[in-house]
Amino acid sequence: MSAGRLPRWVDYVLIPFLNLAAAFLVSGLVVILIGENPLDAVRILIWGSLGYGEGIGFTLFYATNFIFTGLAVAVAFHAGLFNIGGEGQAYVGGLGVAFACLALDRYVPWYVTLPFAILGSAAMGAAWAFIPAWLQATRGSHVVITTIMFNFIASSLMVYLLNNMLKKAGSMQPETRTFEDGGRLPFLNDLFPSFGFGYAPVNLSLFVALAASVLVWLLIWRTKLGFEIRSFGANATAAVYAGISPVKTIVIAMLISGGLAGMMAINEIMGSQHRLLIDFVTGYGFVGIAVALMGRAHPVGIVLAAILFGMLYQGGAELSFEMPNITRDMIIVIQGLVILFAGALEHMFRPAIVRLLTPSRPLDAKEA
Amino acid sequence: MKISLTIGSALAGLALSAVSAAAADIKPAVLYDLGGRFDKSFNEAAYNGAEKFKEDSGIEFRDFEIQNDSQREQALRNFAKRGMSPIVAIGFSQKAAVEKVAAEFPDLQFAIVDEVVDLPNVRSILFKEHEGSYIVGLLAGMASETGKVGFVGGMDIPLISKFSCGYKQGVVAANADAEVFENMTGTTGAAWNDPVKGGELAKSQFDRGADVIYHAAGGTGIGVLQAAADAGKLGIGVDSNQNALHPGSVLTSMLKRVDTAVYKAFDDAKNDAWTSGTNILGLKEGGVDWALDDNNTALITADMKTAVEDATNKIVSGEIVVHDYMSDQACPL
Repeated sequence: MSAGRLPRWVDYVLIPFLNLAAAFLVSGLVVILIGENPLDAVRILIWGSLGYGEGIGFTLFYATNFIFTGLAVAVAFHAGLFNIGGEGQAYVGGLGVAFACLALDRYVPWYVTLPFAILGSAAMGAAWAFIPAWLQATRGSHVVITTIMFNFIASSLMVYLLNNMLKKAGSMQPETRTFEDGGRLPFLNDLFPSFGFGYAPVNLSLFVALAASVLVWLLIWRTKLGFEIRSFGANATAAVYAGISPVKTIVIAMLISGGLAGMMAINEIMGSQHRLLIDFVTGYGFVGIAVALMGRAHPVGIVLAAILFGMLYQGGAELSFEMPNITRDMIIVIQGLVILFAGALEHMFRPAIVRLLTPSRPLDAKEA
Repeated sequence: MKISLTIGSALAGLALSAVSAAAADIKPAVLYDLGGRFDKSFNEAAYNGAEKFKEDSGIEFRDFEIQNDSQREQALRNFAKRGMSPIVAIGFSQKAAVEKVAAEFPDLQFAIVDEVVDLPNVRSILFKEHEGSYIVGLLAGMASETGKVGFVGGMDIPLISKFSCGYKQGVVAANADAEVFENMTGTTGAAWNDPVKGGELAKSQFDRGADVIYHAAGGTGIGVLQAAADAGKLGIGVDSNQNALHPGSVLTSMLKRVDTAVYKAFDDAKNDAWTSGTNILGLKEGGVDWALDDNNTALITADMKTAVEDATNKIVSGEIVVHDYMSDQACPL
C-alpha cells in the first residue's frame, strides 16, 4: 500500500493507468476474437458512459452504489477483516429504507424521511454484520465464511418477508407498494436540469455517498478509533499488546462496514426504484470488493474506482445494446479483466517502472 | 455550415425512410428478463418465436439482455427512442418499466408477458399455466404406479405455486388417493439455474416413493429430468418441449407458448392487426398445451390420451374449472 520509493504521481496515476491500458488491450483482443471492431467497442463504451448527459447520469448512479459498498469493504479491510457480506448487508439495509419510506412517505416530505432512511438502512446493515463480527471476535469463526453465509440467509429472509409480509395484495412481483413523493429522493435531473441527466436515476444519494466518503476518511485517519482499527489491521498482536480491545475493534469495524453497505439501499430503493423489490442488489456488494481493492481502501481511490466501474456498467450496457454480438457475459469478462489487472496484478508493472525511474539508486522497494 | 447540416439531416431522413420502406414497416424488439436469452426455458422460447418470425418474414429484430433492474427502463427507452415497435418485454418483473416507458411513447406498441399493464398501447399476455399443469398432473396421476408423484419448483413465488396447484388438482383428478411431494429449489434467482440441487430434490422424492416428477424450475429442471432418467423413473418438462432431452424418460412437457405469443405480437403488428389489452392464453387459445411426439408416444397409453382429451374439452367448455392459485393466493389441496 505504501508509496515505496516512487514519486506519488507514478503510484497513483501512471501505474493505475498502465494497468487499465493492459486490461483494455486484452479486452480488445477478446473483442477481435468474437469478430467486432475493438476501437468501435471502446468508442461506444466511452461515449455510452461519458458522452452524453443521460449516460453520465447512469454512470454516476452505478458509482453511487459502488462508493457505498467499496467504503464498506475498505473500513473492514483496515481492521484486517475481509467483509464479503456487502451483498447481504445491502439487501437487508433495503428493509431499513423501506420501513422508513413506507411509514412516512404519505405524511412528510422526502427531506424528513431521508434521515430516517439513512439511520434505518445503516442500522439494518450493521445488524446484519453484527453476528459474523461477534462470532469472529469471540469465537474466531472466520468472517469471510460467515459473511458469505449471511448473504444467503439475507436472501432467504428477504424473499420470505417480501412474499409473506410486505407484498402488496394481488401482485405477482414480490415487492412493496410504490412509495409516494415523501419516500422518493429527488433526481439530480430535477435539481440541476442544465446537466441534462435525462431519465438517468442518479439522485441525491450521490451526495450522501460523497459525504460518507469524507466521514470514512475522517474516521480512519483522524480519530482514535480509526487509529485503533488501523493498528489492529496492521498487526493484531501488537495492537492487543498496546491495549486495544480486539473484540471491540472487530465488532465496531464490522458494524460500520455493514452500515455503509446497508446505505447502498438508499440509492436503489429510495432514489431509483421507489419500492423494495427482490434481488435489487444484483452483485453491487461483490463489486464493492473490487472497488475497494482498486481504490487502495482510500476514499478518494474508492470514489474514482467506483466511477470507473460505473462506466463499465453503463458503457457495457450500451455496448451490448449497440453490438448484439457482445453479450452481457462478455461485459463481465471485460470487468473481470479490469479487476485482474488493476487489483490482482497491480504490481506487475511496478518492478520495471522502479528500474526505469530510479536507475542509479539501489532497489529497496521491497513491496514490489 | 448550416446548409450542410440541413442537407445532411435531409439525407439522413431520406436514408431512414428508404431503409424502413425496404425492410417493411415494423422494427420489432424483445427485452429479456434477468435469465437471459438462452435460458433453455422461458426467455429462450421468446427468442425462438422472434427468430421464427425473422425466418418467415425476413424482418430483423433487436433484443437485449438486462444485467440489473435499473436497465429495464433504460433498455425499453433505448428501443423506443430508435422507434422500435412492437417492443415485447418478457417477464412479470418488467411491469413497472413498461408502465413508465409505454406512457412516454404512446405511438409505439408494447407487449408484456406474464403481467398486466393497463395502457392503451400495451398488450398484456398472460398464460393459464394452471390449466396446462392440470393436464400434465392428470397424466402423472395415471402414469404413476406407486400413487406418489412429485413437483420440483424453481424459485418460491406465487407463479410457481400456480403451476404446482394446477398440477395437484390434475393428479387428484386421476387418482383421488395420490400423494404429491412438493419442493421449491430456493428463494433467490439462483433457484432457476441449479441443476445439481434440482437433481438432489428429485432423488429425495424418488426415495420417498414418487415415480413421476414435474418440474417448473427453468434450468434447475434439467437436473430433475436427468435424475429421473438415471433412476429409470419419469420426469415432466416445462415451458418448451423437453421430451427429447431423455427420450423414454420424459412423460410429457407442459408447453407455455411464449414463442407463439411473441410471434403473434410481431405478426399482428406487421399485418396492422395489433390489438392492445389483456390476452389470457389457456388451453382454449393454444397458449398452454402438452407435448406428444415420437419421444413419448410409448409412454402415453390410449386411456391416458382419451382422459386428457376429455379433460381438455371440459376445461375449454368450462365444465372443469381449474383453480388458479394466484386468484386468492391459496390452493384448495
